[in-house]
Amino acid sequence: MGIDRREFLANTGKYILLTSAAALAWDFVKAGRPEAAPDYTLRNHWWAFAIDIEKCIGCGNCVRACKTENDVPLEPYYFRTWVERYHVPNGNIEHPEVDSPNGGYDGFPPRYPPGDGSKNFFVPKLCNHCAHSPCTQVCPVGATFDSPDGVVLVDKTYCLGCRYCVQACPYGCRFIDPRTMIVDKCSLCYHRITKGLTTACCETCPTGARALGDLKNPKDPIHEFLRTHKVQVLKPQMATGAKAYYNGLDGSVR
Amino acid sequence: MRQFLKDREHLVRMAVLFAAGLVLFLIVRIVLVPKDFYELGHFRTGALADNMARPMVFAGREACESCHSDIVDERKGSRHAAIACEACHGALAKHADDPASLKPARPDARTLCLVCHREDVASPKTVKQVNPQTHMGGQDCISCHKPHHPEMT
Repeated sequence: MGIDRREFLANTGKYILLTSAAALAWDFVKAGRPEAAPDYTLRNHWWAFAIDIEKCIGCGNCVRACKTENDVPLEPYYFRTWVERYHVPNGNIEHPEVDSPNGGYDGFPPRYPPGDGSKNFFVPKLCNHCAHSPCTQVCPVGATFDSPDGVVLVDKTYCLGCRYCVQACPYGCRFIDPRTMIVDKCSLCYHRITKGLTTACCETCPTGARALGDLKNPKDPIHEFLRTHKVQVLKPQMATGAKAYYNGLDGSVR
Repeated sequence: MRQFLKDREHLVRMAVLFAAGLVLFLIVRIVLVPKDFYELGHFRTGALADNMARPMVFAGREACESCHSDIVDERKGSRHAAIACEACHGALAKHADDPASLKPARPDARTLCLVCHREDVASPKTVKQVNPQTHMGGQDCISCHKPHHPEMT
């Protein structure tokens, strides 16, 4: 890295004169907001996700597609997205029975008999891409961060594999990749959505139970979805600013 | 005051040591922290480009339909019309980039159809569900239903 005497003296002076925080703020002001890709403008997007539980049939297409698209290890069974099956007997939402065999990768073998008075449904899960994500707040090195377009991403060259973020995520959406020993999570198919495509899971969902949405695009169907459905996020009491909106979310879902 | 002036040397030595330590810290910091760190926040701006650079495995519906317009016509008005091609045919970005390099395999209808259409209490009733034993006996699904337009005529 090249640095001449003038720049060195200027930097030294700046850091001594300003407190370190103020110096960083000054860098930020000077740099402006450079864009990472020429045909994709970060500030024009704010990504969110819509999930319709009433449409999910538990086929597992999303789980398989995600593993294929993002090179997620097949075994042991780690996931960027997975599907849970809820069985709520007698309307007792405090004690649901939840199963997710291999995360739904091989589908769900029939398990509960029809007509036993229970409530049964599937819940797809993935990173909620929180606006105030607890996982990014605990990262000691800035390897995981909220991108300016509302996606929680991982810098794989910076991650130490310390696992603070794995513990901090209230939704259990992170795992340590056993091959690299660094963290991995749903990137909202950042390589696809920045090129105008949808995520692999949305692409392969046969019923439209999940849909990527851009909250800054007024023409995006997610606005219609949010207007016409009674939506809820997971664990609203955590105040994470979660952006995965669920329609038909039962009180038993954790 | 006289005592202070006498011991001034200790204070100066301490100040010089402190300043040297600070300068060392700043040099190490300038060398180690990448230029694009803190540009947009507490992360490396280049990490955005790293995440964008990943190769695609699913081509996306538009890529399929730009060549296979006959299938688009075939699927018009069917219950399966809204389903993307790769939901059943699998990830085919390689085929979309160079059709000769990879010929997609024909999916096995008997297992594939049941992925969505097997009877289960947790599945919403909006999707047709069958019990494979009673619905079709030993027959293949495709002997009655065309996957691209499954309605019975």
